[in-house]
Amino acid sequence: MITYESVTKIFGSGRNAVTALDNLNLTIPKGEIVVLLGPSGCGKTTTLRLTNRLEAITRGNIYIDNQNIMDVNPVQLRQRLGYVIQAIGLFPNKTIADNISIVPRLMGWEKNEIEKRVDEMLQLVNLDPGIYRNRYPAELSGGQQQRIGVARGLAADPDILLMDEPFGAIDPINREQIQNEFLRLQAKLKKTIAFVSHDIHEAIKVGDRIALFDKGKLVQYDIPEIILTQPKNKFVADFVGADRALKVLGLMRVSDVMNRHPENILRADERTENALHFLKEKGFRYGIVIDGTMPAGYVTQATLSYEKGIVAGLAEKYPLFLKERTSLRDVLSFMLMYDLPLFCVLDDNENFTGTVTYKDIQQAVKESYAD
Amino acid sequence: MISGVFHFISENFSQALYLSWEHMWIVGVALLISAAAGIPLGLYVAGHEEIASPIINGANIIMTIPSIALFGIMLPLLSPINLGLGKIPAIIALILYSQLPIIRNTFTAIKNLPPDLVDAADGMGMTRWQRLKEVEMPLAAPVIIAGLRTAAVMNIGIAAIAVYIGSGGLGVYIQQGIDRFYPEMILSGALLVSVLALIVDGIMAWLERAATPEGIKIQRKLMQ
Ligand SMILES: Nc1ncnc2c1ncn2[C@@H]1O[C@H](COP(=O)(O)OP(=O)(O)OP(=O)(O)O)[C@@H](O)[C@H]1O
Ligand SMILES: [Mg+2]
Repeated sequence: MITYESVTKIFGSGRNAVTALDNLNLTIPKGEIVVLLGPSGCGKTTTLRLTNRLEAITRGNIYIDNQNIMDVNPVQLRQRLGYVIQAIGLFPNKTIADNISIVPRLMGWEKNEIEKRVDEMLQLVNLDPGIYRNRYPAELSGGQQQRIGVARGLAADPDILLMDEPFGAIDPINREQIQNEFLRLQAKLKKTIAFVSHDIHEAIKVGDRIALFDKGKLVQYDIPEIILTQPKNKFVADFVGADRALKVLGLMRVSDVMNRHPENILRADERTENALHFLKEKGFRYGIVIDGTMPAGYVTQATLSYEKGIVAGLAEKYPLFLKERTSLRDVLSFMLMYDLPLFCVLDDNENFTGTVTYKDIQQAVKESYAD
Repeated sequence: MISGVFHFISENFSQALYLSWEHMWIVGVALLISAAAGIPLGLYVAGHEEIASPIINGANIIMTIPSIALFGIMLPLLSPINLGLGKIPAIIALILYSQLPIIRNTFTAIKNLPPDLVDAADGMGMTRWQRLKEVEMPLAAPVIIAGLRTAAVMNIGIAAIAVYIGSGGLGVYIQQGIDRFYPEMILSGALLVSVLALIVDGIMAWLERAATPEGIKIQRKLMQ
């Protein structure tokens, strides 16, 4: 846990004084990722640098697990806090392996333990240890260097991590992948992480909570859903963007809104007259044709009224199926792409478990704004 | 004339060798002591910028004193302790002259390191000493050695003048050559001083390259 208690940082003095951080009160709970978010110069990096005492606090206190950081030797404090710096800052004279193993070496780990750890860390950031272990930073792309920076911050397995835009220089495809890997790992390791970002998408994706800063002041501190749906003021609303509803959808999964007991279900061997009668009676424009446990497709009332036979032969196939963990943002884009208002959900054994309709999604967005 | 110079050297080969050795001994001892004083001083100044300009300006002023004048000043200062003449005052003078290139290069080498690296080193939890050893010194070493190189080559020239306070070395040929109006002798001294300077310059250049970390060489190659 990291606690900031009325923390103020002023750089310089007199006419040149800059208040980089203004009376910050914030608690980063144990085991959570808190994203420090905000425009350039709002004090995100300063907050991290005060935490590991790279800068001196002007006023206020910072506690790590209830211990005032001023009571800890700065060198020990910094070895305890994993730090990933914004500018990457790999040592050009050291190989990748030596860069990653800095803190373990400072802490006096065994040599073979260190070697093992280096390879583990390289795999973690998706770089082949056999290829990269003995290279120098200059031989890596910016994105790869940044991944080494992350590996270096994690190498000594610190409980608390300070990460300053750790994925900022990585290309979008790799970034997505690394964010996912990072989240998967965090679900297991439950580290306490102060994560700086200026990207709202990244903040929503990785943050258990978001702390939004403006000009050195903490403006709003909440879970992502609340930041998106209940921005405290115009600054937050503007920062979050006009497409807030879409971003909320990015946070929600199919399992949150799916209909597990849809009624417009037709058996594959049903005769068309009976099927049409059923849909008319219940007031459905179309029915989902289920063949065993798999959806075979869908038929509309119109199709059924022109053709005779069994419905299986008339069913239009679905272009794809959803999983319960698919994000609603993706579902919505499938709906637009394929011009379909409904998709079927399958479990991991390919059994039909329910449906998601455009209406379900709309309802969910409305509800999230209601409270 | 040229053949006269070679003739002179071959005639007096063992003496020429001895004087060259004496010359290099003075320069070498002075360089070792200068490095032992100048590099730590440069490192200290890099960490305390408020004293940087007085120290560097001081070293600069020493450098502008003509060597003859410096020997002249040291004569009365060191005579009371019986060190006015000989190798010791020569070495002291060379040490003083060396301070500027050594302190200045050390200072700028450390100051010009990317601040991110210093930050990263501190942020990882390195002590001041670990940072110096693992990051600052390896990266600054080539520039510091370049300072030593300048000092060494310069001192080989100045040491020839120190013969006037009885230091010995190749200046002996120049001084005696002038006294006896013996041009071949003067030129032999001058030639040998130049050759020494070239050899030392070459060795120091090699040392500079050898001290450049592998990662930096690769970086330079890739940036071309
Ligand atoms: N060492 C310093 N000396 C003087 N002013 C500083 C110093 N470090 C930061 N500042 C100022 O403090 C303010 C906050 O800087 P900070 O680096 O924390 O911003 P940031 O939120 O990390 O921005 P960015 O997204 O650009 O990294 C800025 O106005 C900056 O100019
Ligand atoms: Mg920053």
